[in-house]
Amino acid sequence: MSILVDENTRVAVQGITGRDGSFHTRQMVEYGTKVVAGVTPGKGGQKFDCLPIYNTLIEAVEGEGVNTSIIYVRPPFAGDAIYEAIDSGVGLVICITEGIPALEMAKISAYLKGSDVRLLGPNCPGVITPGITKVGIMPGHIHQPGHVGVVSRSGTLTYEIVHQLTTANIGQSTCLGIGGDPIIGTGFIDALEAFEADPETHAVVMIGEIGGSDEEKAAEFVKNKMKKPVVGFIAGRTAPPGKRMGHAGAIISGGLGGAEEKVKALNNSGIPVADRSVDVVNMIQTAIN
Amino acid sequence: MNLHEYQAKQIFNQNEIPIPREKIAQTAQGASNIAEEFATKVVVKAQVHTGGRGKAGGIKLANNPDEAFEHANEIIGMSINDLTVRTVLVAEAVNISHESYVGIILDRQTRQPVVMVSPAGGVDIEEVARETPEKIYKVGVDPLLGLQPYQARALAYKLYSESSVVNQVSGILLKLYNLFILNDMSLVEINPLVTDLDGQVWALDGKVNIDDNALFRHSEIESLRDPASEEPTEAEAREADLSFVKLDGDIGCIVNGAGLAMATMDLVKFYGGLPANFLDIGGSSNPDKVVAAMKIITADKKVKAILFNIFGGITRCDDVANGIVTALDRIGVSNEGAPTLPIVIRLTGTNEEVGREILKSVGLVAVDTMAEAVQMAVSLGGGAK
Repeated sequence: MSILVDENTRVAVQGITGRDGSFHTRQMVEYGTKVVAGVTPGKGGQKFDCLPIYNTLIEAVEGEGVNTSIIYVRPPFAGDAIYEAIDSGVGLVICITEGIPALEMAKISAYLKGSDVRLLGPNCPGVITPGITKVGIMPGHIHQPGHVGVVSRSGTLTYEIVHQLTTANIGQSTCLGIGGDPIIGTGFIDALEAFEADPETHAVVMIGEIGGSDEEKAAEFVKNKMKKPVVGFIAGRTAPPGKRMGHAGAIISGGLGGAEEKVKALNNSGIPVADRSVDVVNMIQTAIN
Repeated sequence: MNLHEYQAKQIFNQNEIPIPREKIAQTAQGASNIAEEFATKVVVKAQVHTGGRGKAGGIKLANNPDEAFEHANEIIGMSINDLTVRTVLVAEAVNISHESYVGIILDRQTRQPVVMVSPAGGVDIEEVARETPEKIYKVGVDPLLGLQPYQARALAYKLYSESSVVNQVSGILLKLYNLFILNDMSLVEINPLVTDLDGQVWALDGKVNIDDNALFRHSEIESLRDPASEEPTEAEAREADLSFVKLDGDIGCIVNGAGLAMATMDLVKFYGGLPANFLDIGGSSNPDKVVAAMKIITADKKVKAILFNIFGGITRCDDVANGIVTALDRIGVSNEGAPTLPIVIRLTGTNEEVGREILKSVGLVAVDTMAEAVQMAVSLGGGAK
C-alpha cells in the first residue's frame, strides 16, 4: 500500500517531446513506472521511444487506460494542459511546471471544486512510491521502500531528508512534493489524511517553509485527526520579510508566514520540529519506536 | 514586482478610476514647475517601494511653487527604510471630507481573490487588521465568475450611505477588480480612497503588486520596472535567471533548490554564522549560472567564505563541478587584493565521484554532508558570531 500512486498507476506524459518531458519520461520508465502514452498536439501517431504519442489526452486515456497524467508543459500553456487533464477522466493530475500565474491557479482551483480529480502541484517534484512507481522528477535511487510517509513543499530539500532517511535504513511508503506556489492543488492536510488512512505508513515527515499558513492548519489537523506520529521541519528561519525566497509561495508578507510561528504551531500540536534537517532522522526513529 | 504609486495611478486613470492631476519630477525645480502649472496647493510625495513614507517625512503639502521646491529639495535624496528617493510625485491637493480603504488580494487560504474595504482609511491596513479587524469588510470572489455588482454595492454601503457616493465607490471596485484580473495583480490597494467636499470620490494613493509568474504575458508592465529602486545585485541576479536575495551576513551561499537554499542559510545561523544571501541556481548545471552566481556573491565585500551546497539529483554533480572550475578560471575568487576567499563545497548525489575528481584536479575538496560543510564554512569565515 501507499498513497496516490501504486502498481496500478498508468501514466501519460503531457509534453512528452519537450526537453524536460522527454528526459524525465526516460527516467520514469527506467525506474519501472508504467508510462503508457505521451501527449503532444500535432505529433499524434508518432512514437517516443516505444511509447505511442496522442494529440489529445482523452485519446490516450481511451487508448491506453491512462489513470494518471504528469504535465511538463511550459507556463503559458500549462494551465490549458491542466484543464485538459481534469476533463480527460484521469483521477490524478501532477503538474511539474514552475511559473504558472497565480490567478490561473485560482481559476483552476475553482474549476476543481466538486470534482473527484486530484491535482498535485504545480511547481512540484511529483510523487514516488519507492520500489513501485515514480511519477515525478525526483532521483529514484535515493529512496527505499518502507513505512515513513514524506510530504513537502520543496524539491531538493526533500531529497536531502529522504537521502538521510535511506542512509539510516529508514524506508518510505510514499514521498510527495505538494509544490512551492501560493496556490496549489493537494495540500498538506490532503496528504496527511491519506497517510493516516494508509496501513503501510507508520509515521510522517512534514517539510514546510515560510509563507502562507498551510503548516499551521496542518498542525491543527494532526492534533485533532491523526493518530500516527508526525515529525516536522520548517525552512526559512533566516528569511527576511517581504522577499520571495525562490518559490513563489515562500514569502513572509503582512507579518504572516514566518518560520517561528509555524514552528510554534507545530510544537503546540505535539509535532516535534527538527532544528537541522539531519535531526529529522533521530526524531523519526524515536517516533517509530 | 511592485509598481510605484505614480505608475499604479496611471493604470487607474487609464481605466477611469478618478485620480487628482499629478506629474512626476526628479528635481526640486521640476516639482516647483508642476506646482506652478497646476496653480493649486500640491502634495509632494516620495516614490519609493516602501510603506511609512508619511511618517518618514516623505509626503508634504505645499501651498505654492516655492514650498513645493523646498519640500522636493528635502525629499529627493532622502533615505526611507534604506531606499534613496530619486523621484517625487507632485499631485493636486484634494480637500478631503472622508477617507477609506479599498483593496484586492489573492488569498492563498481560500484560493480566490478577496475584495476588502474599511472605513479606517489612510492608516496602515495591517495595523487595522491587527487591532480592529471588525473594521475590515471582505468578500471572496469566484474567479470563474468575477466580482458581481451586488457584491461591490454591498461593500460600498459598508463605507457610505449616500447613493451618489455608493455608486461611485461600487463602480471603482468593479473597475479595480477588472484591473486586478487583466494585469495579473497579486495585490492592489487604494489607501486612502477619499471623498472631497463636493462628494466626488478620488484615489489618492495606489499600491500594486504584479505576480512575477505572470510577467511573461505583460511586457507593458515589465517595462515599468525601475532598476534604480532595486538592490543592484538582485537586479543582476534576475538578469542571470538566478533566484537571489541579499542579506547582511558574511557566508555566501550557492545552493540548488529553494527549500535547500533556505535550510542551508538556517544551518549557517544554527552554527553561529550569518548567511550573506539566499541563492538558488536552480536545476540547471550550466556553468554560466555558476559563474554568474560567484560573481554576484564575490561582489559583496562582506563575504568571507563561499559555501556550495549541491544535492545532485537531476542536477549532475560533475556538471556543477565543471561549472565551479570554469567559474574559478574565469573570475578567480579574490576580494580586490584580499586573500582568495575560502570555498567549501558539499557535493552529493548523481555522479558525485566524477564531480569530486574534477574538483580535486584544481585543488578543491568536496565534503559529504551539509552539516559538515556549513560548520567548515562558518569557521573559515571567521567563526561563530
